[in-house]
Amino acid sequence: MLVKADLHIHTFLSPCGDIGMTPLNIVRKAREKALDLIAVTDHNSTLQGPEVFRLGQREGVAVIYGAEITTREEVHCLAYVGTETQRVKLQTYLEQHLPKIPNDPEIFGYQLWVDEQEKVFGEAPYLLISALDQTIDQVETFVHAIGGLFVPAHIERPRNSLLSQLGFVPPGLRTDALELSRRTRPADFLLLHPELKKYEIIQSSDTHYIDDLGAVFTLFEMEKPGFEGLETSLKSIK
Amino acid sequence: MTVREIIDSLHLKIFAGEQGLDNPVEGGYTSDLLSDVMGYADAGRVWITLQTHKNIMAIASLKELAAVLLVKGFEPDEDTKALAGKEGIPILGTTEQAFEISGRLYGLFNP
Repeated sequence: MLVKADLHIHTFLSPCGDIGMTPLNIVRKAREKALDLIAVTDHNSTLQGPEVFRLGQREGVAVIYGAEITTREEVHCLAYVGTETQRVKLQTYLEQHLPKIPNDPEIFGYQLWVDEQEKVFGEAPYLLISALDQTIDQVETFVHAIGGLFVPAHIERPRNSLLSQLGFVPPGLRTDALELSRRTRPADFLLLHPELKKYEIIQSSDTHYIDDLGAVFTLFEMEKPGFEGLETSLKSIK
Repeated sequence: MTVREIIDSLHLKIFAGEQGLDNPVEGGYTSDLLSDVMGYADAGRVWITLQTHKNIMAIASLKELAAVLLVKGFEPDEDTKALAGKEGIPILGTTEQAFEISGRLYGLFNP
């Protein structure tokens, strides 16, 4: 089947995530926008993933666990995993390598993860938008070692992107796809960067606001919406 | 001024790329965004940065920089050192932070 996917969504847990980005709002909006598959990708945390996954199962939207990781070079990279066991491994790694800088909610916003009724499960104590003490190569190696997928985010943006921080896509970086922001048309981008045609290009909303969920999306051919389908789809293209 | 003279004056460490120690130096450029260096650094400059990824050597070569200088005790990744040797562009180190070492390099050119 052709699967409509938005694989870069921030929840209320991201300090910059709007208060409307609650688990129930996210899955309901995804259904309204006819998305078959979404990924929860908060900054350096996976903690809101399980509740969105649970509600997605009930409401008929497949949900992938993920995170938008900030590498030491301050490159934003998406990591996707398929199981709760992998999610816990990824979460442990993130907590181990995130600097212990206390969050100031007055400046950066709250870092709460919540349940269906918006009851608070917990608060992430350290600033989630810091950079990990891990290089992009170390992050890529770890994500692949636990069986995840690794996708540099919004690579054409002038900040926190692979191209802004590292100038060009490093030869040998094992990336499963490259993500473009919703501000760019992939065809226009590839005219400027023909050398990147060999990579799979995906596009997601990177939304922090509920109304922008699904503002852009990628269509994948897969048997069933989910991590396995995404993995097979990305690997078959290469 | 050559890279060698700058190493002596500022007491810098050499990690790799020794064959480029006689490269002439025209000045410095301080930035941690590789896209910025690719766009704006002029040839013959010593590039002061905390980035250690191997892409720094590719950009140093592309822009014909005289040397790369890592601050705050950062050390280059192994593949970065290998590229420095291949390109003949010295990769240097200091424990000072960018503000201090940039000021001292500036002082060498503007005594």
